[in-house]
Amino acid sequence: MSQELAVRHGAWSDTPRPLALLLQILAVAEADVRKLLHDPAELFARMVQPVLWLVIFAPVFSRTRAIPTGDLRYLDFMAPGVLAQSVMFGAIFYGISVIAERDQGVLQKFLVSPAPRFALVAGRALSSTVRGLTQTVMVYVVALLMGVALQFNAWRIAGVVLGVMLGAAIFSTFSLAAACIVKSRERFMGIGQVLTMPLFLASNAIYPLSMMPGWLRILARINPLSYQVDFLRGLMVRGGHSVLGFGTDVAVLVLWLAVMLAIATKLYPRIVI
Amino acid sequence: MPPAIQTVQLTRRYDSLVAVDHLEFSAAAGSIFGLLGPNGAGKSTLIKMLTTLLPPTSGTAVVAGFDIVQRPAHVRRNIGYVAQMLSADGDLTGYENLLISAKLYGIRGKERESRIAGALDFMSLTDAAAKRVKQYSGGMIRRLEIAQSMLHRPEVLFLDEPTIGLDPVAKRSVWEHIRELREHFGTTILMTTHDMEEADGLCDMVAIMHQGHIASLGSPAELKAQAGPEATLNDVFILSTGAAMTDAGTEEGGAFRDVARTRRTARRLE
Repeated sequence: MSQELAVRHGAWSDTPRPLALLLQILAVAEADVRKLLHDPAELFARMVQPVLWLVIFAPVFSRTRAIPTGDLRYLDFMAPGVLAQSVMFGAIFYGISVIAERDQGVLQKFLVSPAPRFALVAGRALSSTVRGLTQTVMVYVVALLMGVALQFNAWRIAGVVLGVMLGAAIFSTFSLAAACIVKSRERFMGIGQVLTMPLFLASNAIYPLSMMPGWLRILARINPLSYQVDFLRGLMVRGGHSVLGFGTDVAVLVLWLAVMLAIATKLYPRIVI
Repeated sequence: MPPAIQTVQLTRRYDSLVAVDHLEFSAAAGSIFGLLGPNGAGKSTLIKMLTTLLPPTSGTAVVAGFDIVQRPAHVRRNIGYVAQMLSADGDLTGYENLLISAKLYGIRGKERESRIAGALDFMSLTDAAAKRVKQYSGGMIRRLEIAQSMLHRPEVLFLDEPTIGLDPVAKRSVWEHIRELREHFGTTILMTTHDMEEADGLCDMVAIMHQGHIASLGSPAELKAQAGPEATLNDVFILSTGAAMTDAGTEEGGAFRDVARTRRTARRLE
């Protein structure tokens, strides 16, 4: 009876707020992860791009020796960049699923639930990190086969996990916010395509910041992808180091994530209007 | 007992169009309240406002004891909503759909499992629980969605065209289940419909909306009596809106979207 009453007078009324929020974020993420488990085909499609970069692009560019990568081989230099870009490319189209769910009516159900908008957005961000991590495993396999000098000690792996999660969360949340503004699949695809290449090229993913002309370096220093790549490069490969500093990398990524979460939370209800 | 829904000068404008115009009505607690009207009459806009999906331009409403403008979060805890579109997630199983809903509403532990099992049983879906919703028939999806929206025992349940696109047998089964819900839990149900038989047979009170206003309000019997001897609800509808159901309101904003959405829902049911 007490349970019945608690629910009648407002679900969650017997649960401390932060715990309720956490459980709601997990529930939103769980829905998405369960879907992924039912139909993992999408993950394999995402293999293609990193394979192309590591198997075709890297060996060819290694020969030019035109890119100053310090003590690192070019292949080792770009492997973290390829990981970051493949996570980013996946995350940036994440918003399309929200538009699809809006069209199906699934999203409305979440919006009329007691879960705060923040939980709906953060749950999505969390589920995109799961996608990002599965991609990481695949990139590692390809990189290993290509002979990239990967490092496998525990704290480095933990760092890579953190870096990938932050990147996936930032770009998927950005994608959600964009979806809430453009609202239609067609327009969203257009925007996604316009954004991905500039974000990728205006970063240190496949060439170092030091090689860029001044104006591009300024853009790259704003671009969160640069900080993610820098962080991963310092952890993932033997001889790699962070140019910008691990502390700066994490601080900037966390800041970007906070800003993106705030914006997406504000915009989220607009998707059904 | 205070009404479960009470609107106060509730208004929503889209640019120059007034979709819902200073609306005043109330739905008694425990009643099944039917909202009829041509496409573009403002029904969907009204439901979106009452479920807190859309903020009103002016005015407000009290739903399940809470103001939709002042305390939307409290309203959301005490209502259930089944959208016109098929909103169960086709990529998840019936059980998983219920599980995620239960988690969002903070139903935990043994209580969660027993409510999910109860809901599946109540809606005659126990055997299909482990199947993905993609493989369900239209009627099964609707029953699952209603089960989902009832897990947290809301005081007010909003059903937007609950039987649209269903064959007569599935329709009857959904009606039966809606009646049982009310009997069993005392839930107030506000539903929109285009189906006169549904409004006549299921609803205690019916409001016919036209151009953002309520054109007629009463029990189906009262409305029919007012319209004349042997009048049907369809006659009442035509008198109230000056149009037959089928070709009404097409010149109004929102009508195209309504029709497109209805067809999309119907297609998914084929």
